[in-house]
Amino acid sequence: MYALILCWVQMLEGVTGEMQKNSEVRHGESLNVSEMIAQNKNKKSISNLVEKLIPTFLFLLALITVLTTLGILYTLLSQAIEFFKQVPIWEFFTGTVLKPLSQNPEFGILPLISGTLISTFIAMLVAGPIGLMSAVYLSEYASDNVRRVLKPMLEILAGIPTIVYGFFAFTFVTPLIREIWPDVGATNILSPGLVMGVMIIPMIASLSEDAMTSVPNAMREGSLAMGATKLETTFKVVIPAAFSGIIASFVLGISRAIGETMIVTIASGSSKNFTFDITQSMQTMTAYIVEVSGGEAPAGSTIYYSLYAVALTLFVFTLIMNLLARYVSRKFREEY
Amino acid sequence: MSTLANSKMSVQLQSKESTANEQMETSNSNVETSGIVYDTKDLNLWYSETHALKDINLSIHEKEVTAIIGPSGCGKSTYIKTLNRMVELVPGVQTTGTISYKNKNILDKSFKVEDLRTQVGMVFQKPNPFPKSIYENIVYGPKIHGIRNKKVLDEIVETSLRGAYIWDEVKDRLNENAYGLSGGQQQRLCIARALAVQPDVILMDEPTSALDPKSTLKIEELVQELKKDYSIIIVTHNMQQAARISDRTAFFLNGEVVEYDETDTIFTNPSDSRTEDYISGRFG
Repeated sequence: MYALILCWVQMLEGVTGEMQKNSEVRHGESLNVSEMIAQNKNKKSISNLVEKLIPTFLFLLALITVLTTLGILYTLLSQAIEFFKQVPIWEFFTGTVLKPLSQNPEFGILPLISGTLISTFIAMLVAGPIGLMSAVYLSEYASDNVRRVLKPMLEILAGIPTIVYGFFAFTFVTPLIREIWPDVGATNILSPGLVMGVMIIPMIASLSEDAMTSVPNAMREGSLAMGATKLETTFKVVIPAAFSGIIASFVLGISRAIGETMIVTIASGSSKNFTFDITQSMQTMTAYIVEVSGGEAPAGSTIYYSLYAVALTLFVFTLIMNLLARYVSRKFREEY
Repeated sequence: MSTLANSKMSVQLQSKESTANEQMETSNSNVETSGIVYDTKDLNLWYSETHALKDINLSIHEKEVTAIIGPSGCGKSTYIKTLNRMVELVPGVQTTGTISYKNKNILDKSFKVEDLRTQVGMVFQKPNPFPKSIYENIVYGPKIHGIRNKKVLDEIVETSLRGAYIWDEVKDRLNENAYGLSGGQQQRLCIARALAVQPDVILMDEPTSALDPKSTLKIEELVQELKKDYSIIIVTHNMQQAARISDRTAFFLNGEVVEYDETDTIFTNPSDSRTEDYISGRFG
């Protein structure tokens, strides 16, 4: 869209440019540049108008994002209020049993929250250290050639569709885990957690690497000149200096894990267990939304409204993560 | 290309032949002139294809200020960075020849570079404090070398900051970020940071080129004080500065040492016409 406008502006300028050439030829011999510029000023009125209109136009485009967010928020809130008229808010947030389809339905969200948090935790346990260490390698140790090959490969990993990851978790990782640890169920939260971690590694590695690369070399030199080893320099100077960027990458990773849907839907099943046993099947908030909206949930029923209540909770979770990220990265920023 | 490779080979061969003799020489001369801290013999350095230092021979004296002057690109910064092997951070650097520091060849790959840099501090062209508090900046060196006792560290902070004449300005805000200081203060903080591990030598690579005249003056006064306890090697593009603060001056040109003598002699009665041209401002 933006490119289109640029093209348009360029075209307009091209037209006025041609007019300018013509007048040049006609007037001929003596070249009076200031006069020509003065002449063009009048002709430029179209591009002047564009110049004035562009900010308004861009503002409208930016407004689309904001309005969409507000619209989604409004829908979530209004429908969730319907839900809370039928199920008390207190019961919803403290209930440990979720049985939406039974004769006597119960709507406690805690099983979903525990499923979400546990899978996120497992994912970050994988992605945090591996991602950060990959970033350290890429930014501090890898030669330019190695980096040029490795970084795009990492980013390919980030481009794999999540459904592929989900399938991979279900048909490859779970059987592998069960070979080693037979107690693990055919659907379990461990395997999707691990695979989600693998999925998030590139995000953390790439963003953390950017943060570390932007630490000025003068700081590394300062540390090395004190007799510090490369490892000491990396961990005591570079990582602290890049800390806010690293935290930001972690929080984005967590947000991604909380919002991840396909992998957990496929590989963790749909048991709404409230447990901390990672060998069991658990459902996350996102997987619940998939299950219910894909199944028979007549509009206006309690189970239909429960979708919105769960979605709202999910929204609040990611919102809190983002606010936390801002706070933490501001608090720990080492300014240079 | 091939001629360059050949010359490099021959230099290597030469230096290999002469190493044995040199070692004897240095050990002999060491008895007479114990005041030598760095002894550079036939040092050659290449950045990939560029021959940046050519047959450098220099003896740097203990507890003196040695200034290295010369136009841009003459190799003066390269030389000072070779003295603590920071030059190796540039990929593709090759050296031949020897630099003896306390009778050991620091260019020998078996020489532990961390030990060298603990004994040889460095101050850079642009102040480069860590983005930490003033206190943390000073204790960085001692901490990585295993000093953990809080009382000792507190004492190190005070002595180092006093040593760099910045204690009175910062004593009330030791826990504030170093980047809140002015440029001149930051540079003195960097000197204090170097002092914190009690080195023998301090290398200064154009330490005042990013500073205003007032801060420059403070650093120059500081250098005069520091030479009582430390050997100082300072690269400067400012000839007046070299004349003001140094005891000996080496004039570099195109990667060679044109002249090396006592500062007074260099500035009043240089023996090489190129030195005279440079210091009288005819080029550079």
